[in-house]
Amino acid sequence: MIPAAFEYAAPDSIDEAIALLERNDDAKLLAGGHSLLPLMKLRLAAPSLLVDLRRVSGLDGIEEANGEIRIGGMVTHAAIERSDLLVRRAPLLPAVAATIGDVQVRNRGTIGGSLAHADPAADLPAAVLALDAQLVARGAAGERVVSAADFFVDLLTTALDPGEVLTEVRVPVPGMGSGSAYAKFPNPASHYAIVGVAARVDMQDGRVREARVAVTGATATAYLSAAAAARLQGSSGDAAAIAEAAGLAAEGREMLEDLSASAAYRAHLVAVQARRALAEAVAAAG
Amino acid sequence: MTTQERPPKLIGEPIKRREDPRLITGQGSYVDDLQPLGTLHLVIVRSPYAHARVTGIDVSAARNAPGVVAVLTPEDVQQSTEPVPVAAQLEGMHMPLRHALTGGEVKFVGEPVVAIVAEDRYLAADAAELVEVEYEELPAVIDPEQALEGGPLVHDELGTNLCVVSPIGDAEAAARAIEGAEVVIKQRLMNQRLIPNPIEPRAVLAHYEPGPGTLTVWSSTQIPHLLKTLLSACARVPEQLVRVVAPDVGGGFGCKLNVYPEEILAALASRRLERPVKFVETRQENYVATIHGRDLIGHLELGAKRDGTLVGYRIKVIADIGAYQHLLTAAIPTLTALMLQGVYKIPALAGEIVEVFTNKTPTDAYRGAGRPEATYYLERGMDLLAAELGMDPVELRRKNFIGAGEFPFDTQTGLVYDSGDYDAALDKALAIVGYDDFRSEQARLREAGRYLGVGFSTYVEICGVGPSSALPAGGWEAGTVRVERTGKVTVLTGVSPHGQGEETSFAQIAAERLGVGIEDVTVIHGDTAQVSAGIGTFGSRSLAVGGTALVMSLDKIEAKAKRFAAHAMEVQADDLEFEAGQVFVKDAPEKTISLPEIATLAYNAVDLPPDTEPGLEATSYYEPGNFTFPFGTHVAVVEVDTDSGAIDLQRFISVDDCGNIINPLIVEGQIHGGLAQGIAQALYEEAVYDANGQLLSGSLMDYAVPRADQLPSFELATTVTPTGVNPLGAKGVGEAGTIGSTPAIVNAVVDALAPLGVQHIEMMLRPERVLDAIQAAKGGAR
Repeated sequence: MIPAAFEYAAPDSIDEAIALLERNDDAKLLAGGHSLLPLMKLRLAAPSLLVDLRRVSGLDGIEEANGEIRIGGMVTHAAIERSDLLVRRAPLLPAVAATIGDVQVRNRGTIGGSLAHADPAADLPAAVLALDAQLVARGAAGERVVSAADFFVDLLTTALDPGEVLTEVRVPVPGMGSGSAYAKFPNPASHYAIVGVAARVDMQDGRVREARVAVTGATATAYLSAAAAARLQGSSGDAAAIAEAAGLAAEGREMLEDLSASAAYRAHLVAVQARRALAEAVAAAG
Repeated sequence: MTTQERPPKLIGEPIKRREDPRLITGQGSYVDDLQPLGTLHLVIVRSPYAHARVTGIDVSAARNAPGVVAVLTPEDVQQSTEPVPVAAQLEGMHMPLRHALTGGEVKFVGEPVVAIVAEDRYLAADAAELVEVEYEELPAVIDPEQALEGGPLVHDELGTNLCVVSPIGDAEAAARAIEGAEVVIKQRLMNQRLIPNPIEPRAVLAHYEPGPGTLTVWSSTQIPHLLKTLLSACARVPEQLVRVVAPDVGGGFGCKLNVYPEEILAALASRRLERPVKFVETRQENYVATIHGRDLIGHLELGAKRDGTLVGYRIKVIADIGAYQHLLTAAIPTLTALMLQGVYKIPALAGEIVEVFTNKTPTDAYRGAGRPEATYYLERGMDLLAAELGMDPVELRRKNFIGAGEFPFDTQTGLVYDSGDYDAALDKALAIVGYDDFRSEQARLREAGRYLGVGFSTYVEICGVGPSSALPAGGWEAGTVRVERTGKVTVLTGVSPHGQGEETSFAQIAAERLGVGIEDVTVIHGDTAQVSAGIGTFGSRSLAVGGTALVMSLDKIEAKAKRFAAHAMEVQADDLEFEAGQVFVKDAPEKTISLPEIATLAYNAVDLPPDTEPGLEATSYYEPGNFTFPFGTHVAVVEVDTDSGAIDLQRFISVDDCGNIINPLIVEGQIHGGLAQGIAQALYEEAVYDANGQLLSGSLMDYAVPRADQLPSFELATTVTPTGVNPLGAKGVGEAGTIGSTPAIVNAVVDALAPLGVQHIEMMLRPERVLDAIQAAKGGAR
């Protein structure tokens, strides 16, 4: 609860922020601070420099263009939760954001910070996986785009290079006949997900054209279940198909085990929550 | 006097707490808000092991670190202070003592080893990282049953992990009764370890001033007067030179009813360095270094006739008290013993309380302190018995209730229950829950595959603590009323509220009795230099005991005021009535004299009545003749998700009888907080250690203190059965919510799952545990 000494900078531009990261090996970016500051207070992290992004302009917009919605990296969970545009066009994101922490956390925490931190129990990774989002990383060498499916590498590890900033999340706008839902089984203490399943189902002519089942909280990093998606594809989205698909969602994955849930229970919860998320998503697609 | 001059009635009115505007607008003053010039900061280096021999301590780098003023080591502290005090002493008890810093062998994670004093908190924490302590790890014993059966020894010199065994009741009679019973249920029931979690962790600021030789200690404590006495001994400063102040205190729940190593260390460091020294606990430290609560395993046997009449109750309780005793540690499980009988007539009863050392944080008083455990055992036992008999749990309870006409009632444990009407509280609760309708709705939903359950807990608890014979340092309380020269009123009390609202409730009593506005009364507490004597706030005692001392002083003020009035008006004191800030002549109510006028006479003292001293101030010590015994019925309605094991607490009905009520808003607030903690024991909170003695639930990220959205909107009601123990007729309400509520939840969950064959689930009711119980009952894996 008493952090070690550190320097602090709040640059005005993204290039300045990137330059500061380049010059300082153990510098850390500060967005909402809700993951980083507790680690620092426990002295589990002791960066020599914090580069605060709060003054950097252009990171807090939510806009639709060319069939996708662009969300700045510093957009807070609360802003996502309250965005009319997202509620209308990509309701999974507001639905997921609304389950994060509490009001105070949602007012401070940011989508960029959450995704870049890649906590295995965070909620938003499941949403961006289910929505097939593209993540924009900017570094000294310029900008690159990483698919959400390639972004989460391992426990607290992403495809970002140390000198890169996650500046934007691009979400393809789901078309007609698409439905989504998030079924979260929260840890009663931390309110993170013991298991959270985000499902998106695109229906066409009474059949599932495409399904995406994204699981968070269960393993070292959030993942997409190809097996569950495949089982559902082409089905009518009936209860039996959903149950079978849900039963595959934990298959082949090494479940986490901790105080809140054993590995076996987590696997069970993945199936239960996947079933609920898929049923709701199919109903919403209806 | 005429009726329209009568001031508003205050006693019994829902007056908003006067302390709240200050506390919720940041104008409170907690220990950490105090920063006298030159304050130094103390940080502790703690044992990372549950059991280890300290083979070397190197503080040289820490001593030379920037800003470090002093480093205290175990050897030094052991020579300069007395051990951490233990007050509760039971017959035949082992009492291994420790000093504020431990050098030889550390016995729990979090035990203090070295203290750093530096110019600021950050530098002190930096220097703490430079202290090198060499440990030789020793085998730890974590499970109390294993500790009894020849596990590693916590204290080698004792040759045993057994601290003490305390029997209660008539063991032979209970054995006979259970042997001869038509039906006997046996069950092991775990009442798990909890972490008190006050919103303000512990904090202390000690300031020794070499000129006058005084030691002033601001501490986040529930017991400033006891702390003054004990700290004076521990820190070796004569008591008359010690002043303890409890400023605003952010909750305690019993964990601040203690004397801690850091208080001794801050006092020692300040005396040495002649500067103020502050220690503020982090939340992480709070989890391992502040006392825990509960951790009692009960092995229960309950015998009854086929018709449900109880014939005998026997229980062996194993209390895991952790590595050492704190101030009252050993006494807490004996409160479980005293309250074993609950609200029932039980002809034969016996208990055996076995207290055991393990390599864990010491336990001590935590809200309810011994009574939640007793209630849990018996109220779970009653539901298990009802299931065995195929009887409605409500009917079984009612059949065995002590009747309203049977008070005062002598229990098998040697207590005398003061008053009660258990049926009345139960009736009210049944009406609110709509019991009959619920049962048919429950049956209907079960057809639809939904599992709803209802659970009851009919409890009685012991509070108004208590007669001095039952306590190690006195159970009385002191209170002073001073009418100032202007007629304004100062109340000084020995209780030390830290959330209980006595600044309001005591002012209500004083203002109504003296007929002044509540704004004309100030209640002062928590400063030993202002309040001459006291015991403190714990055991739901502040109103029943401290409030009575206040009433006694108000009686004296009234009598003395009448003497001044009689003298001034040239009438007999017996002819006077005291009402609404006026003394008037009974037969000639137009003849009055006001309280400010009387105060002027008393302090100017120009024309004193015969045998009367100047001044208008009275102090009283009240020694209670008995405890008080609040009671009630709690009802939980839950739905269990049999797919995930998750529990949805849909309703919680709490009907409580705490005797006469001074302020119903405060009573409701106390019940709300108590219910949250009691419900949390069933659903959310459990201190979990691994096999090496590391606390796994070591932070608020892992240990669930419930938020508002994790609890239903409580449905509260009261019945009022005054006590004859004190003139207020008030029993106390600080702990009732916690004591009654826990078994109602577990009973409701088991009721919901009974059709699946579930008979019992151990707390806390983690969804995984619930699902496992469902699967086990079904006889298969999930």
